Amino acid sequence: MNGIHDMGGMQDMGPVQMEKNEPVFHTPWERRSFALRLAAGAWRKWNMDASRHQMELIAPADYLRMSYYERWIEGLTELLVKTGLVTREEMESGKPAPGSPKATPPLTADKVPAVLRAGRPASRDVEVTPHFKAGQRVRARNIHPTGHTRLPRYARGKFGTIHLDHGVYVFPDRNAHFLGEKPQHVYSVRFTARELWGEQAAPHDSVYLDMWDDYLEPA
Amino acid sequence: MLSTGAAVTTKLSSQHDHNHEHQAVPSDVALRVKALESLLVEKGLVDPAALDALIDAYEHKVGPHNGARVIARAWVDPAYKTRLLADGTNAIAEFGYGGQQGEHMVVVENGPKVHNLVVCTLCSCYPWSVLGLPPVWYKSAAYRSRAVIDPRGVLREFGLDLPEDVEVRVWDSTAELRYLVLPERPAGSENLAEDELAALVTRDAMVGVAKVVAPRLENKHERHT
Repeated sequence: MNGIHDMGGMQDMGPVQMEKNEPVFHTPWERRSFALRLAAGAWRKWNMDASRHQMELIAPADYLRMSYYERWIEGLTELLVKTGLVTREEMESGKPAPGSPKATPPLTADKVPAVLRAGRPASRDVEVTPHFKAGQRVRARNIHPTGHTRLPRYARGKFGTIHLDHGVYVFPDRNAHFLGEKPQHVYSVRFTARELWGEQAAPHDSVYLDMWDDYLEPA
Repeated sequence: MLSTGAAVTTKLSSQHDHNHEHQAVPSDVALRVKALESLLVEKGLVDPAALDALIDAYEHKVGPHNGARVIARAWVDPAYKTRLLADGTNAIAEFGYGGQQGEHMVVVENGPKVHNLVVCTLCSCYPWSVLGLPPVWYKSAAYRSRAVIDPRGVLREFGLDLPEDVEVRVWDSTAELRYLVLPERPAGSENLAEDELAALVTRDAMVGVAKVVAPRLENKHERHT
């Protein structure tokens, strides 16, 4: 989706603003938002790709106005309803539907260390033939999917070189829409800054992107 | 616990105060989050004690001090450095770090003629297991948009003016690989022990927006974070 989240290469967003001695969270609600999304994620009703895509669906003007954790809460609210964990009516009333059974949370405090330690690896231990190899020239496909993709606009149609093969990973363009994992090779691909940005870029600089097989074609 | 029955679904867009100041009265988003937590707890979907444990982990346990230990080890132990650059995930796991947002780690090395910078232009991917949660600037539109097209300009805003003959490599975290920069060991740190070295390594240096500075040189350099 050619959305506002795909920001690489945009200009006029202002200077980068650093904060000295920045706290991990700025407000109590940020703390709770962070933890709510992780704890609700433990139901495994959605995956990381679906979760990212849900935030991409926030209307562009709202996306820019919102802080990071506001996007989390906006995305989480929609995911909870979409996956049926909470009904729209419950969201509106703020109360469980009368007579609805109380669930048992999958994530309890005692399980938190082990769950964080395990993470959710996106690699898959399956044999998939790689279409490219290190050193090979490639071109990022000039595609404009209307759903989720991790192929940024600024790289589409550009020529690069395979730096290395990371192995086999879940393909987000399918996984985000619950259409299966379609595991395939992911490569680190090097693009020269001048290929991406023209003569204004420094001559020896480069940008490396991680790209799935389906994003690439031989050059 | 909170009073229940407050609507969760109010749109945030028209009512939010954007200046990140601490607020004396609860903002609408604060009330909305309280209402959501209350609803999810009442439905048995989340355990409030688990929420506390998650917050505690990222406020008090996981953070840049993890990454700093990895970097200091790489500086003093050449065999470890070789392992770290060849297989970041497993070398970092030797410290017990890994898991959530550090499942697949890649370490990239700075040198006199190479400077690495990490960004996620599409969202805010960041190596939580070694750096903790990202700072606001890393998640900002300004950083996400410009790090790839104007990395040298961004670095200058952080106080780092790189000579033209230094090659800048920007790593856009578009997949599930998470990047950690191995900064150059600073001149003047030759006599420091591993734990003293770890104390010098900053979060910003491990993202690639700063260099590591040795103590006796520190006053000569303006620090921006």
